[in-house]
Amino acid sequence: MGFKELCFKKSLWLFHFGGASCNNCDIEILDCLTPRFDVERFGMLLVGSVRHADVLLVNGSINKRDKSRLLEIYEQAPKPILVVAIGACGCTGGIFAEGNTFAGPVDKIIPVDAYIPGCPPKPEAILAGVVKLLNK
Amino acid sequence: MAEQLFYFLIYPGLLFAAVIGALLSWYDRKVTAWVQFRKGPPLLQPFYDFFKLLLVKETILPKYGSKGVFLSAPIFAVFGATIAGVFILLPLLGVETGFKGDIIVIFYLLTIPSLTYIIGALASGNPLAAIGGSREMKLILSYELTFLLVLAGIIQKAGMTISFSEIISIQTLNGAFAGSISGIILFIVFVFCIQAKLALVPFDAPEAETEIADGIMIEYSGTPYAMIKLAKYIMFFILPAFLIGLLWKGLNFEGINILWSILKILFVVLLLTLIRNTNPRVKIKQAIRYFVVWMNLLAIIAIVLSYFGL
Repeated sequence: MGFKELCFKKSLWLFHFGGASCNNCDIEILDCLTPRFDVERFGMLLVGSVRHADVLLVNGSINKRDKSRLLEIYEQAPKPILVVAIGACGCTGGIFAEGNTFAGPVDKIIPVDAYIPGCPPKPEAILAGVVKLLNK
Repeated sequence: MAEQLFYFLIYPGLLFAAVIGALLSWYDRKVTAWVQFRKGPPLLQPFYDFFKLLLVKETILPKYGSKGVFLSAPIFAVFGATIAGVFILLPLLGVETGFKGDIIVIFYLLTIPSLTYIIGALASGNPLAAIGGSREMKLILSYELTFLLVLAGIIQKAGMTISFSEIISIQTLNGAFAGSISGIILFIVFVFCIQAKLALVPFDAPEAETEIADGIMIEYSGTPYAMIKLAKYIMFFILPAFLIGLLWKGLNFEGINILWSILKILFVVLLLTLIRNTNPRVKIKQAIRYFVVWMNLLAIIAIVLSYFGL
């Protein structure tokens, strides 16, 4: 593993994009930052601006209005950027997959590097997904 | 010439101050984690962050904005912080004595990083960055007068000398200024000024993450953001070092005193971190009132007390 790759993997900064979510996944993502799970020990930080982000966390079903915004956010992020789809809605569409306003799961809009299924996924599952992402 | 370049680039300038500042910023994050009962990041985390931004990430230029100014502002921030660091650390580490009146020069050099952040933010053409820039401007206007009053109090306590190395040598002869009542008041006011200069939490309105999405830093990515991080690491070391030099006898590197000097720096940074972790963000109006009314009042009281020799 080269020096650049090491630095990148040791310091992933997260940016959170919530689509039309029911807020359960948002809460479980925030759980990962709390004392019990503490992703900062892997060097991860939640940042406020997408310009500083290395990982884009996308959860919730993406409807027609969210689609253009998700694309815009993805284009504004500095490359290389990893995309993680969180929750059943982010991975496949979940119960909204047949819906009228549904614009497709995340991987039909932007390339996705890791999927974390669950409704909502446990914080342990999110951490396992993150570890898989780091070992990729 | 070679000697000056060595001072500027390696010791005690850019490289030394940046490495120590990065370690101090790790200490700050680790203490924050301990306060919140977390484990915290590994020791080399600031270095990983810096090299990731410098080498890996793409630099994005804003479409509507002045690109040259946007890119050169972080470089000027690093230069300003480094020059201020050299003038502070040369007398403090006992390498050279500095010149007469260097406190005034240091005072002006320390404002350069904040000024360049404002210029870079306004050049990016982002409305949130403009809000952050205007807040930073108001913050500078409010804390600079307080900072100047603190320096005036210290100069008066030192018998009207404006040389940094002379102030340190007076303290080594007669005991630290922080040992008297006026010295303690000046110490408290100085700590709050550092807090505002570093834009740490009670006064972090310019780069409020949750409110205006990092404010003045919002458009920076990649290498320019790494430069800003570097300037911040340097400032995180030299401002506590300046405080220790002015009010707490300076640093001493003979025998067991090394341990004592390191503990002094860690104590001042610990104070900053604990203030950061136990306070909410204040509105910019409240921050201005806090400095213009209360901190100025405290500083003037300290000056009057030191006039009567307390």
